[in-house]
Amino acid sequence: MTKLIPAPWWSIFLLVFWLLLQNKVSVGVTVLGVILAVIIPLYTLRAREYRTTLHHPLLALQYFFILLGDIIVSNFNIAAIILRPRKSIQPALIEYPLDITGTVPITVLASTISLTPGTISAELGRDGRSILIHGLNVSDPDATVRQIKQRYERRLKEIFQC
Amino acid sequence: MSELPVWADWVISFFIVLGASFAFIGSLGLLRLPDFMARLHAPTKNTTLGVGGIIIGSILYFSITDALSLHELLIAIFLFLTAPISAHLLAKAGLHLELKLTEQTQDLRKKPEQYSDRDD
Repeated sequence: MTKLIPAPWWSIFLLVFWLLLQNKVSVGVTVLGVILAVIIPLYTLRAREYRTTLHHPLLALQYFFILLGDIIVSNFNIAAIILRPRKSIQPALIEYPLDITGTVPITVLASTISLTPGTISAELGRDGRSILIHGLNVSDPDATVRQIKQRYERRLKEIFQC
Repeated sequence: MSELPVWADWVISFFIVLGASFAFIGSLGLLRLPDFMARLHAPTKNTTLGVGGIIIGSILYFSITDALSLHELLIAIFLFLTAPISAHLLAKAGLHLELKLTEQTQDLRKKPEQYSDRDD
């Protein structure tokens, strides 16, 4: 089974993706989708030198919904900042020390930082142990770092066990 | 295709107007924010809800008048995957070129002598 479906989550993602692309669910479309979802990971597996296991799928789902909520909040925050008078923001460049390791978890964290309120990831540190963050309106840099650690990095650590 | 009920009309209009307003505010942010790095914030965040609103409007419209239609969600998936990466690359390029930041910016970057991988 593990030989035939080396990356089960990826296969499921590809199948859902295929069904969305077709925009209808019928037997023929589903069968073709399943075939593709088995063949594509088998064929491209050699190109993936990194291995990541999703240890807690339910936590990942919870993370997704937390992120969705935060994205909506961040949209309103930025809109408020844009519409306010020009000179009232206080940007900052912060170095964020990383606890997690591995290419995929760090990528997920960096993307999360870019999508959530007032922060953008700008650069991975030279040693790969920190991310440079640009904050749009930061009054207390330590609080920002603490919030990202508490809210996102702790959960990612649990999900990927790294 | 069937006629759209009045309530659906209102809900769909709400989502489309919401999406359009956020897309507009995002573009306005490009114009109004003080420096390059701050300007990056507006398009990465506000387009997600801008496009999101319009996608929800589209899903509702086609699901009510025709059969269930979800392939608009693909647009959202691609946007979530690509928006942070393009922002990251733009920010990287901005840092590399050492673009001028506004005076209010607090620069808390490490100095070169504090790097942990220095070989001396």
